[in-house]
Amino acid sequence: MDFILQPWAWYVSGPLIALSMFLMYYFGKRLGISSNLEILCSMSGAGKLVEYFKFDWRKKKWNLIFMLGLILGGFLSSNYLSNTNTVAISQQTKTDLDDLGFKNAGDTYMPTEIFSVENLNLKTISILLIAGFLVGFGARYAGGCTSGHAIVGLSMLEMPSLISVIGFFIGGLTMTWFIYPLIFN
Amino acid sequence: MKYLKFFLTGTFFGIILSKSEAISWYRIFEMFKFQSFHMYGIIGSAVVIGIILVLIMKKAKLKNINGNEIEFTPKKSGKYRNILGGIIFGLGWALAGACPGPFFVLIGKGILPILIVIFGAMIGAFSYHATKNKLPH
Repeated sequence: MDFILQPWAWYVSGPLIALSMFLMYYFGKRLGISSNLEILCSMSGAGKLVEYFKFDWRKKKWNLIFMLGLILGGFLSSNYLSNTNTVAISQQTKTDLDDLGFKNAGDTYMPTEIFSVENLNLKTISILLIAGFLVGFGARYAGGCTSGHAIVGLSMLEMPSLISVIGFFIGGLTMTWFIYPLIFN
Repeated sequence: MKYLKFFLTGTFFGIILSKSEAISWYRIFEMFKFQSFHMYGIIGSAVVIGIILVLIMKKAKLKNINGNEIEFTPKKSGKYRNILGGIIFGLGWALAGACPGPFFVLIGKGILPILIVIFGAMIGAFSYHATKNKLPH
């Protein structure tokens, strides 16, 4: 059991992600998680404002159910399948984060400076909302996110996915290297 | 019952994302700083094995659970949408330290502020469809 309770190495996790993609194909679906954002909009009545959301979300119920599975997966792994909550990030990362004002980096999965209910204030709520907005807008504009483009699209050697993933990194590097020092200091 | 397989695959996927630490904000920061091979190893090995699995599925004309040949529908392409959408997504991915899969896994992990990120992402997806006629694709 110990090997399950420890963090999983990349060479175990990566192939298992590919296996999940295969399972979804076998079940007749293409893995893609950001579509759920549109389904959630449609369920919330966004169709009253924007024609696109009038689609019948019930036909995409399989993806919502997959999403509910993700939540259970997170619950099970953190409550029953882990013997540690720390993340073994590199020393240099810890130093860089310390400079940006993030203390005890890697002691938890998420930095308490942004992701704890006690630290919610105008700044952190704005960061969380804007980050979400960019992810939702960008994913639907590009036609997919990390699962649909980086995993499935690249596995199928699709050019639009390669271009999207290059975009993901241009955006991610810009944020981490140039915008973080402006937001956090 | 028809949907149980999707629920179980989602649970399995959620466990992998969590146990691999791919849902950790710190791992995403570290990846964009090129300070560890971990995330590149996860994505890279998933893609390499994925390419092999897709090739096998195509060559063997594998049938899916319903007895039909597996369909590989390509995503929509355009001159601008992938690069521009990709850049916007990447900015958000690095700022949230998570992408849509981890959003939901983190709810299960009890990280409640992620609900604000998900709400923002719904507004983002909504705004895209509200303005897409004016955007270059």
